[in-house]
Amino acid sequence: MAQLFHPGANNIAKASLVLAVILGGSAFYAYTQIARSSYLTNQYLEKQQPVQFSHRHHVGDDGIDCRYCHTSVENAASAGIPPTQTCMNCHNQLWADSPYLEPVQASFRDNKPIKWERVHDLPGYAYFNHSIHVAKGVGCSTCHGQIDNMASVYQENTLQMEWCLSCHRNPEQFIRPKSEIYNMEWSDSDLTAEERSKLKVDYKIRSRELLTSCSTCHR
Amino acid sequence: MLTNKPNAGKKSMTFQGKNVLRFAVLVFCVSFFLVGTACRYDMQDQPRYKAYKESEFFSDGKAMRDFPEGTVARGQLNENKALHTGKKENADPNAQVETTTDELGNTIVSSFPNAIEKMPINVTKETLDRGEQRYKIFCMVCHGPVGKGDGMVVRRGYPQPTTYHDDRLRNAPVGHFFDVITNGWGKMNGYASQIPVEDRWAIVAYIRALQVSQNPEIKSGEADSTDKAAEDNKNETEQTGEAETQEPAADNGGAN
Repeated sequence: MAQLFHPGANNIAKASLVLAVILGGSAFYAYTQIARSSYLTNQYLEKQQPVQFSHRHHVGDDGIDCRYCHTSVENAASAGIPPTQTCMNCHNQLWADSPYLEPVQASFRDNKPIKWERVHDLPGYAYFNHSIHVAKGVGCSTCHGQIDNMASVYQENTLQMEWCLSCHRNPEQFIRPKSEIYNMEWSDSDLTAEERSKLKVDYKIRSRELLTSCSTCHR
Repeated sequence: MLTNKPNAGKKSMTFQGKNVLRFAVLVFCVSFFLVGTACRYDMQDQPRYKAYKESEFFSDGKAMRDFPEGTVARGQLNENKALHTGKKENADPNAQVETTTDELGNTIVSSFPNAIEKMPINVTKETLDRGEQRYKIFCMVCHGPVGKGDGMVVRRGYPQPTTYHDDRLRNAPVGHFFDVITNGWGKMNGYASQIPVEDRWAIVAYIRALQVSQNPEIKSGEADSTDKAAEDNKNETEQTGEAETQEPAADNGGAN
């Protein structure tokens, strides 16, 4: 191996070798932390929406089922953003003259959709389908958190690949009975590990190899 | 390296050439890092439409297109009139209906000449379970858990719907309920876009079950045995209105 330092190199030059390793390591560590930070993942970030819509009120106080508005969650990739018509089912009578609802009234009057700000935005190279998840025992709150407590909805999880894989590797840690999918109070400890393992068999959830295969999510 | 003594470069020109090369590699690495991370967002936001995305191409700004009027999707001709409208084949839109006026001045329709009397689907246990589930999603918010019109949205101030449990609606044909879910009635909007046809019929079946549950027909023999059961503090009857009224008595007996 060739000589690393020129004969004239001083001690600072030699110490720089050690420093380079430390700096490089620190930079890499910083990179991993920044990449997971909410600054880049938008986790916990509340967005200003055109209407001050509160899930805490509609789900928590009024007890309206998720599927009343998100009608396609059981049948399609997208859970469905309700048309303004759905808002008007109640708000043609309730708070119909409230200035808070003017954007909704305007949307209904002019037949123009409300421009909601997207909170959960998956990258274009990731395939995601709501219907298969709810059909296999993954509840709403497992990914979305306790929506019934959120006055304005934020992203509960990072939505990063390592987060997806944490469940795709061990789905039996997170699944629940199908009757409890829309239960916001559900806790993973409501079932024992054995019961959840049995659910995995009952729901015919595929092997870890298939669930973590590249083409399962990158199609 | 950068810490070489100043006279190092003077000794040989090739060494200075190496320095320039190393510097170029460093610049390349840094710029690759900066440019490379920017590439990531191109792949994240690919130039294609996802559901509900905004479009600059269409004048209404919607990437999701509405069907042209009159479009019939394959298998959705909806030619079975009874199934898709709840109305008779020979329905007469001008048929006369009997109406009364309630104390609030609302017109109450009490005859339904065009609505079909018989369920157009087979009703099984699964149908009723499905109907119960869908009722609790879409109907319970206003009509309440058993259909008395005391749902949470009504308690918040929405005009109260009529109860299912009066003679008028107990005797109303199933087609009427289907028509109301599909097209709305009074203050209620139609739910055709939120509930598929089969689910609407399942809900109708469940409403019928609710009506029976709140007005159980008790034959004289059964009533006797129920009374006897209450006396014996055995409340093993079905969960009917009758059984509920007897529960306090049974509880008292248990407390003794």
